[in-house]
Amino acid sequence: MTAAATVPAGSGFGAFVAAASAAGRLVVQPRMGFGDPDLMRTGLARTRAATAHTVGTLTVDSYTRVGALDAARAAVADGTRLNGYPIAAHSPDTTRAVLDGLRGPGFPVQVRHGSARPEAIVRALTAAGLDATEGGPVSYCLPYGRTPLRESVAAWVRACELLTELSPGTPHLESFGGCLLGQLCPPGLLVAMSVLECLFFARHGLRSVSLSYAQQTDAAQDEEALRALHRLAAEFLPAGVEHHVVLYTYMGVYPRTESGALRLLEASARLAVRSGAGRLIVKTAAEAHRIPTVDENVRALETAAAAAALAGAPAPDTAPEDGEIYQEARTLVETVLGLHPELSRALPAAFARGLLDVPLCLHPDNAGRSLGFIDPAGRLRWARTGAMPLRPDTGADAAPFTSSGLLTALQHVADRYDRDRDGDGEQDRRRDGARHHDDAARSGRAGRRDTGPGRVAAPELTV
Amino acid sequence: MKILLSGTASDSHTWNLVYLRLFLEEHGHEVVGLGPCVDAGLLADACLRHAPDTVVLSSVNGHGYRDGLDAVRALRAEPALAALPVVLGGKLGVVGRRQDEEVRSLLDAGCDAVLGDDLDALRAFLAVRARTEVPA
Repeated sequence: MTAAATVPAGSGFGAFVAAASAAGRLVVQPRMGFGDPDLMRTGLARTRAATAHTVGTLTVDSYTRVGALDAARAAVADGTRLNGYPIAAHSPDTTRAVLDGLRGPGFPVQVRHGSARPEAIVRALTAAGLDATEGGPVSYCLPYGRTPLRESVAAWVRACELLTELSPGTPHLESFGGCLLGQLCPPGLLVAMSVLECLFFARHGLRSVSLSYAQQTDAAQDEEALRALHRLAAEFLPAGVEHHVVLYTYMGVYPRTESGALRLLEASARLAVRSGAGRLIVKTAAEAHRIPTVDENVRALETAAAAAALAGAPAPDTAPEDGEIYQEARTLVETVLGLHPELSRALPAAFARGLLDVPLCLHPDNAGRSLGFIDPAGRLRWARTGAMPLRPDTGADAAPFTSSGLLTALQHVADRYDRDRDGDGEQDRRRDGARHHDDAARSGRAGRRDTGPGRVAAPELTV
Repeated sequence: MKILLSGTASDSHTWNLVYLRLFLEEHGHEVVGLGPCVDAGLLADACLRHAPDTVVLSSVNGHGYRDGLDAVRALRAEPALAALPVVLGGKLGVVGRRQDEEVRSLLDAGCDAVLGDDLDALRAFLAVRARTEVPA
């Protein structure tokens, strides 16, 4: 009998989310990771016990993320506090003990890391019996360092193969492609990257994937993007590859007020339900300043779950077939697929030719000729598209790109939620038809706010 | 002035680097940006290659002290870079406040200035450097 036969059908991470969706429940998930096994176990136990439909998270520390396994082992040996769980430094037995009695068909656990070279992490997680993780050859490479894209692609090919080979059940891999740099990337490119990375996973053996998207500046635009993601996933992923959409609560500069932070989190939960996402990665208000505590994580999970439960059923998809985001994303996906039959060749080629070009990304393999901007209505659009097969918005490049303009854009969402009692208010605005008027007024106020140099230092962001 | 702008070895943050590049260019400087995760060896090589007038190191991940110390020591160990002005800004540690002892160690190791998040201080530092550049 093979190992696979010991795993009941439909017991994987993807199947769990699919079952929740079928029952009308949004799965919520923290970004939790602690170096200490006991604290990690407590975090998982509290996540499982939260008043919410949860999956667990093991977020890996940054030494392990960059492949400095000796440093991670040394930190474990001398008891140094780490910013995540050093899965390759602890023994598989230690990790099994962390998970024992917690992880199971009713509580899957995903390993989240951010590594462009994830093989050691994949070996460690499978050795401990885990089979769900996250990343991608582009999305875990470009935003975070200077690993050459070709090396990341090769490492992710091996990681996919290892995950498939070493997992007894149905391993799950989530693309981080919808989160590039966290903010100020227009949605078409985010949607395209999620689709392309999930296709990459599928071509390298994965049969269960998820497509990510990070909440941006405008609820209606985000909803359109998420619907485009669903549609393109259905069109491009091979039959038999199980998939769902995962939304990330806003990843950029977070509101500084407790109430602003809470409303932004609730807005993301409503967005997830409205647009048919199966899973939501929550953010705590503390995250912008430090590693959040277990209590803060549980509070965020329960807040999001309550907002989702009150949001009602998903709205019907009324987006036009030829919506702008859908068309942009589809054009990018087809352009890349047309470059080479192997995605592992096509993706680096696309970046080398600037056909994919992440705005404000400093990685040496990114062309760096594209740029987004927030229009007066609050939507994220293209000021410049470089060599990408997309049209920039006309007249958008007229305003010079300045340091104070960048700060205003980075703080746009935080300022709005800190200032207004209803930072999103998207449903009300749509109902009363006052949307554009309101948004223009908001944006006007944001423009007058003093965010010039001298007041604020270089923005600190957690992605 | 030609400024070499760089993140530190273990720091993958980039919005600070994007912002600082714009800020420095708006103040009339020429900027060579190295991007994030620049280890001490790469930094020294780039300084030899680009011959900047000043180096600006920025760190926000909480390892600014450790990484900054390695970086400035590597520069000072290179005779051609022994007198190159180096300023470090951002977060030195994870506690969120400046540790005088760490600042002193960084200055002893050869940093010309250790700044927090205060851009006025950076502006003032660069203004002084620009003046000293004028031939006597």
